[in-house]
Amino acid sequence: MNLIMQGNAYKFGDDINTDYIIAGKYTKTLDFGALAEHVFEDIAPDFSKIVAPGDFVVAGRNFGCGSSREQAPIAIKHAGIGAILAKSYSRIFFRNAINQGIPAFLCDTDVIDHGDRLIIDLGKNSVELPEKGRSIPLFPLSPVMLDILAEGGLVEYLKKNGTYILPPNSKDKGA
Amino acid sequence: MGSTAAEKIVSAHARQDVKAGDFAVVDADLAMIHDTTGPIAIKAFEEYGRERVRDPSKMIIVLDHATPSPNERISNLHSLLRRFASSQGIPIFDTGEGVCHQLVVEQGFVLPGDLAVGADSHTCTYGALNAFSFGIGSTDMSGVMLTGKLWMRVPATMKVTFRGSMPEGTYAKDLMLHLIGRIGADGADYLALSFRGDVIGRMSVSERMTFSNMAIECGAKAGLMEADEKTLAYVSGAARRASRPVWDDDDADFASEIVVDVTSIPPQISCPHAVDSVFPVSDVAGTEIAQVYIGTCTNGRLDDLRTAARILSGRKISANCRLLVCPASRKVLSEALAEGIVAQLVEAGATLLPPGCGPCPGTHLGVPGDGENVLSTANRNFKGRMGNNKSSVYLASPATCAASALEGKIADPREYLSRSR
Repeated sequence: MNLIMQGNAYKFGDDINTDYIIAGKYTKTLDFGALAEHVFEDIAPDFSKIVAPGDFVVAGRNFGCGSSREQAPIAIKHAGIGAILAKSYSRIFFRNAINQGIPAFLCDTDVIDHGDRLIIDLGKNSVELPEKGRSIPLFPLSPVMLDILAEGGLVEYLKKNGTYILPPNSKDKGA
Repeated sequence: MGSTAAEKIVSAHARQDVKAGDFAVVDADLAMIHDTTGPIAIKAFEEYGRERVRDPSKMIIVLDHATPSPNERISNLHSLLRRFASSQGIPIFDTGEGVCHQLVVEQGFVLPGDLAVGADSHTCTYGALNAFSFGIGSTDMSGVMLTGKLWMRVPATMKVTFRGSMPEGTYAKDLMLHLIGRIGADGADYLALSFRGDVIGRMSVSERMTFSNMAIECGAKAGLMEADEKTLAYVSGAARRASRPVWDDDDADFASEIVVDVTSIPPQISCPHAVDSVFPVSDVAGTEIAQVYIGTCTNGRLDDLRTAARILSGRKISANCRLLVCPASRKVLSEALAEGIVAQLVEAGATLLPPGCGPCPGTHLGVPGDGENVLSTANRNFKGRMGNNKSSVYLASPATCAASALEGKIADPREYLSRSR
């Protein structure tokens, strides 16, 4: 994961469920490129045509609610999205995104508008909006999620560690 | 300070005392995958280079989301799952056996005090049996297949007490829709719900499953209930291990509490396109409905079909409406056949579907047309949920669904209940 990520925001609202990210009728496949073609199709049909590699999905509360389908973060990943920013995540989606190695960050997304250019600076733990002259702090991820993300996802993490190793003093640290 | 049931179950499975907010690595008593989420879990598992899953006796595979297979692509995924089950020695439930959650409960794969995970968000259903159970994604599941374990954060618990007397025409589904409407789609985000109160105590295990099933629809990780005599009697038939029931201590630290007086709650309906968009049925009565669906892990059990038959028996559904009925399992279907319920439903005009998820996840067996409204006993009504983003889905109880099928319009079931014997 790069310490600095740049891209444009594709903005969504609250309660974006995983059916909206990838409809059930497309989920029965192991062709992950095919999933990306239909990502957000029911609520943002232009999504896969507009976004450029490295762009960001930006959402409000409870992003990824509903079905546990990991096809949702897989579709986002294979669409080339660099990171997800949301005010809160549904827990299953949050884990799935991290397990896929997709940076899913928590921050106050109210000041971000559709199309805004964003710079995520992990050194400073912030999102910079250069055109607006704003800086938004990122809420820290839990130590175990950071460890999984650092390996590029859960499969690589488990290949390396063989099991789960909880960092000491994890309690109440991060989401 | 006492502990919540969630804290107790996680502690027992982490082999250390944990409290809400702690992180823990837990042993899973059961890991379930199905035909939508299983193939990705297997693909991830194969990347570890390990030949065998950690413990095949603690896994099950269910083909339910698209059965019988509607196309060759899905047929090949089913073949992959069958081969994996056979080579690993994992029990598999194939086409026509039923919805995964119904099978897990019915076949004794989960017991009070268990910690169970499933690659399906409605795995929280087993909370009705006093199991701490929740949905996970496919890659997390591959980790369970490899290690038998999962990392998790211990959720805080929200008490939800249902008290009062149930009005006629109001069912478990109506109460759960009411609660979701009241607290919203993320109102219990990452909390364990502790369902309690006389109303729950009087209900059957099947009705209780309707509550726990929909816990995820308000963001909850689990929807737990106390194991009482009914629970223990229910699990005693098929149990494969000893039960270890636990419950919240009175002096446990609860995050919050909600009390619902059910006495004045009329039949409820969730309107398109969000589960928490809940109103009394009377507010939208008369809305045209092209298709009614009675089934799913929420409301496809024997008592649900019985309720529908009570309203539909001796009557005919509207010529403007299709009625699809899908028993949640082969056992439910057999019992409904033996009771004569299936005959009553079919004579009223219902189309019987093979046990499984049916049209709920939008793959086949009743995809609605453009502009059509569907009324369903399922748990989700997101736009496009049933396979067409130009259709709309409403959610209600089996009684409201049955009454509405008779009119081809959303109808209050109470009128039909008072007229039936």
